[in-house]
Amino acid sequence: MSVQERRLIYANVGKPGYTPDIDCYLKHGGYEALKKAFAMKPEEVCKEVTASGLRGRGGAGFPTGMKWSFLDRKSGKPIYLVVNADESEPGTYKDRQIIYFDPHQIIEGTLITAYAIQAKQAFIYIRGEFQNGAKYLEKAIAEAKAKNLCGDKILGSDYSVEIVVHRGGGCYVCGEETGLIESLEGKRGYPRIKPPYFPAVLGLYNCPTIVNNAETMAQVKHVVSLGGAEFAKIGVPGDSGTHIWGVSGLVKKPGLYEIEAGKATFGQLLNDFCGGPLDGRKFKAIIPGGSSTKILKFGERFKGKLPNGTEFDWALEDIPLDSNSIAACGTGLGTGGTIVLDDSVEMIQALANLNAFYAHETCGQCTPCREGSLWLSRISKRVCSGKGREEDPALLLDIANQVAGRTICAHGEAVAWPVQSAVPKFKDEYLDSIRRAKAGEQSPYTLKLI
Amino acid sequence: MSSTDHKPRLAALDATADAIIAKYPQKRSACLPLLHLAQETLGWISNDTMEWVAAKIGVTPMQVYEVVTFYPMFKLQPIGKQHVRVCRTLSCALRGSYHTMEALEKEFGIKRGETTADGAVTLEFVECIAQCGPGPVVQTSDALFENVAGEQKVGELVKHIRETVAADNIGKRPASLGSPEWNF
Repeated sequence: MSVQERRLIYANVGKPGYTPDIDCYLKHGGYEALKKAFAMKPEEVCKEVTASGLRGRGGAGFPTGMKWSFLDRKSGKPIYLVVNADESEPGTYKDRQIIYFDPHQIIEGTLITAYAIQAKQAFIYIRGEFQNGAKYLEKAIAEAKAKNLCGDKILGSDYSVEIVVHRGGGCYVCGEETGLIESLEGKRGYPRIKPPYFPAVLGLYNCPTIVNNAETMAQVKHVVSLGGAEFAKIGVPGDSGTHIWGVSGLVKKPGLYEIEAGKATFGQLLNDFCGGPLDGRKFKAIIPGGSSTKILKFGERFKGKLPNGTEFDWALEDIPLDSNSIAACGTGLGTGGTIVLDDSVEMIQALANLNAFYAHETCGQCTPCREGSLWLSRISKRVCSGKGREEDPALLLDIANQVAGRTICAHGEAVAWPVQSAVPKFKDEYLDSIRRAKAGEQSPYTLKLI
Repeated sequence: MSSTDHKPRLAALDATADAIIAKYPQKRSACLPLLHLAQETLGWISNDTMEWVAAKIGVTPMQVYEVVTFYPMFKLQPIGKQHVRVCRTLSCALRGSYHTMEALEKEFGIKRGETTADGAVTLEFVECIAQCGPGPVVQTSDALFENVAGEQKVGELVKHIRETVAADNIGKRPASLGSPEWNF
């Protein structure tokens, strides 16, 4: 294999003998970055993060340093930091491993970030299902407090901050930053409309708030320890650092692979790292970055221009694993949670499975999303149960087009994108499924997805 | 909703609840943590619980009720001692979670969403629980099982469920980290 993993975040995850307690973390150079950050001025830490070119790891890929710069510092209101460890995007399971195996990394990054933005208090919003994960984080915080690395007058400085671990209740939409804030305020997780509710201005308790992904916190630690300029050298221009690819579905070796941004392709990820398709099978499609990102079909050609002007003409296997390249192919890097589908999958069932997810998870505030997601789910299920109509693929697309862009939060896009991308690419197969069911023919697909 | 009297047992949680509330700048933020505390102690969310939470955080019981009905983790009826949550979403489905669910339904003689007559087991299809690679994953009240596909793996899970339902503390809030419950 020509490309190797480059483990920054997962350097110690899965290492024999590595334990999640503070002694082990300190032995491996833990909290040195925190000391380095506290020797700097807060604004210098922000500058390092901006210089590093770090992009958020929660899915949207927004530059972290720029996000921090939007903070309203003139209002005089306290600033809050909220770490998003909700990890609810289907196909994504990268943060879980940091929380369970190396929780101090998140705590250190959170402390550095809190110091950099001068937050009054920090919260880690973790999904409710991670009962033990929340306990690991709480234990890590208590250990750090006992060593004066967290809490009052950290490392003898004038800066104090408390971190509170807050468990959610199993809602996908609470991974959306404003839904998360509502949830943290003790309410239903209804996302808020922007403007005016940009968290950096009107966030938690209507105070300026930064919401960052849990892995982003771990990346911040490495930005400080390497220095912004040095960190920017990892990866490619426009996307620095490493990405954790969480591959799931139908491959030989599904798993988590940390790869320098842009230094490998989907072909290498799926064939070299993951060992290729299962015996006797052929890859059919991938959903590259969590279930909401647009599906890519094997055999497609991707042509276009990168932001830097370079023209490209790629097969799916040639697409480099960095956010600009993947975005140029009409989809997104998202969370790096790649779901792999092979020729044993009936595509309409896969779509119906995702449609059912979004119908279950819509919060119900906006009519297009609440009604649209249910219609999409019912129509695609109808096709799977053999009662499909020939006009159904076009109807699915029509409904999806009326949801995207018409909702308060990005759940509308998450509902629409799987349909908008899959229907044009797999319409013939859908029609085949509909025709076969009508004619009473036996389906060649035995795998049940809905 | 049942009219079970949870008041005395909730009163015993007062001190823990007050310590949780003190961590937040605004009391109302403690809504979810208090609901978790109550559910993990009593097994489900009763009217008594919602009234208790409401009084603690200074809102109306209805405002707690609207929170409870929003989050799938909170249950308004008693559920089985072993709460068996099979992941339904795509990554796990691709690796056979629908087939696993059907096998479990047959094994326990109930449909998804139901509880066995003796109150031992609740079967539930849940959405993505974030351990997608080694799917299908099943989260019980005390553990997370990976790669639960095929007769042997399902058999191991069933054996675990049948063995553990006898224990009193199953699925309840552990006394401390490292106690046998929740040790994923």
